[in-house]
Amino acid sequence: MKIFKLIFKNALRHKLRTTLTILGISIAVIAFGLLRTVVTGWYVGVDAASANRLITRQAVSFIFPLPLSYKAQIEKIQGVTEVSYANWFGGVYKDKSQFFSRMAVDPETYFDIVPEFVVPSQELENFKKERNSCIIGADIAKLYKLKVGDQMSLEGDIYPGMWDFVIAGIYQPKFKTTDAMQMLFHWDYVNERMKVEMPGRENQVGWYVVQVGDPSKSAQISSQIDALFKNSPDETKTETERAFTQGFISAYGSIITSMNVMSWAIVGIILLVLGNTMVMAARERTREYAVLKTLGFSAKHIVGLIFGESMFISCLGGGIGLLLTFPIVAGFAQVIPKGIFPVFQIETITVVLSVGAALLIGVLASIFPIQRALSTKIVDGFRFVG
Amino acid sequence: MSEIIQIKNVSKSYWRNSLEIPVLHNITLGVEEGEFLVLMGPSGSGKTTLLNLIAGIDRPSRGELSVAGTDIAKLGESALAKWRSSNVGFVFQFYNLLPVLTAYENVELPLLLTKLSKSEKKKHVETALNIVGLGDRMKHYPKQLSGGQEQRVAIARAIVTDPVILVADEPTGDLDKNSAQEILTLMERLNKEFKKTIVMVTHDQHAAERASRLLHLDKGDLSANGKV
Repeated sequence: MKIFKLIFKNALRHKLRTTLTILGISIAVIAFGLLRTVVTGWYVGVDAASANRLITRQAVSFIFPLPLSYKAQIEKIQGVTEVSYANWFGGVYKDKSQFFSRMAVDPETYFDIVPEFVVPSQELENFKKERNSCIIGADIAKLYKLKVGDQMSLEGDIYPGMWDFVIAGIYQPKFKTTDAMQMLFHWDYVNERMKVEMPGRENQVGWYVVQVGDPSKSAQISSQIDALFKNSPDETKTETERAFTQGFISAYGSIITSMNVMSWAIVGIILLVLGNTMVMAARERTREYAVLKTLGFSAKHIVGLIFGESMFISCLGGGIGLLLTFPIVAGFAQVIPKGIFPVFQIETITVVLSVGAALLIGVLASIFPIQRALSTKIVDGFRFVG
Repeated sequence: MSEIIQIKNVSKSYWRNSLEIPVLHNITLGVEEGEFLVLMGPSGSGKTTLLNLIAGIDRPSRGELSVAGTDIAKLGESALAKWRSSNVGFVFQFYNLLPVLTAYENVELPLLLTKLSKSEKKKHVETALNIVGLGDRMKHYPKQLSGGQEQRVAIARAIVTDPVILVADEPTGDLDKNSAQEILTLMERLNKEFKKTIVMVTHDQHAAERASRLLHLDKGDLSANGKV
């Protein structure tokens, strides 16, 4: 017999209690993993942001447009390698619950500046040639069973009317954090109709996407761009794509903070569950620890027994929870609307945090029982009536 | 014969808050190697405390205490634990077997602290269980054994490391008359056949009759002694 066998037998002494504790830890780890996945899902756009892209928007608010004429001026700034632009289109596809990003973009430059949207060259050429064409992300195509040549109709809200598009291409995400739930079409197509149907709204863009050659000069170039349009009717605010995305997310900051707090509160609850189990187990075995000490088992053996049992339960519960988290998160990903979380999957950091939390809980839950077992004298242990 | 246990002017007090509760007063006692000493006395007389001091599971407040050639009062906790594992075997009133372990595993417990090979451990455990007559119950759990059998497993556990001294705290206190007689016979055999020095605390006059020497403790004092 080895000490490990005694740890194992001790852990399974009260099978129901141990099973419930393991189950509790598993459920808590699943909840922790799910919440962390939601949090990382929110930040996936930030993580996917390119270091060499700047976003120039209207200084007052993102919702106010900028003149198209700014493009030529921005292009002249030293260090700027390319400038593209886009408009948030909004609109409704099928019904309002079907949410994904729909944007009018400059077909000539947008896919050069956003290379993580991988479009077959022939499809890209076709897109550039057809003014009413669009390119959609692979996830949209999969979700709605669409293919190249199919038609997509949007009911406009920001840009009223019915808008019909022909799918010219489907882009694949280059990285796993790349959003594959975007629909992109010609800015010109929207602009031409604005000229006719809503004079005064033509030649406006939502924001500029500015590519810089040297990301270390982003701050300097941003200042130069904003200085260009200072004191004009449409002053600009230029920032890195990361900062822009982060600012966009900050509107939901309190929700994300709540989820963060909840996920760590769950870790605290698991700690209490396991801590309670370990305290009860150690209390019940006070006399046995006295016997073991009498037989010559030293403090390190007692520590090993209690610590080992705590780690065994926490690791088993954590392991089961973590294994179940993958299919459960995958199930959630199928159920929740794709457009809300373009990428909803367990990140490495979530796995690391879950494993770390299980290990930490195992350690912390054993501290008090160990302290109690070691501080109890042998003679007091024999007198103990549990 | 030489004295394997030497106790000189040992006193022991317990403290409850700031109140000192004296338990043993200035005890001086020598136990010869191979002796079967029985300590008797009323409850609270200090019998178990004296036994605990001899066994090295408690420390004297004052005095000198040498057991098996070691001044155990001066040993640190880990050294004392190591000393106990190789010098003393314990038999308790309530057996104190680990319920999750079989008879074999319970007896094997003290050997986990040794560097014996697996086959050597097996040999030791089987020998100890055969001595106590439980060679056929090795795979039984404590709950599958009678009280007398449990106590015999506890005795096997006490002798498995071949200690020089056995201490027993009312080993028959929780047993019926027949089982108690079996245990006492076994203790007597361990003393006479295997030359173990035994110090036993008991209330049982029949148990006392097996001893080579009987001491009475009363209110912390050795009040009488003599050969039975």
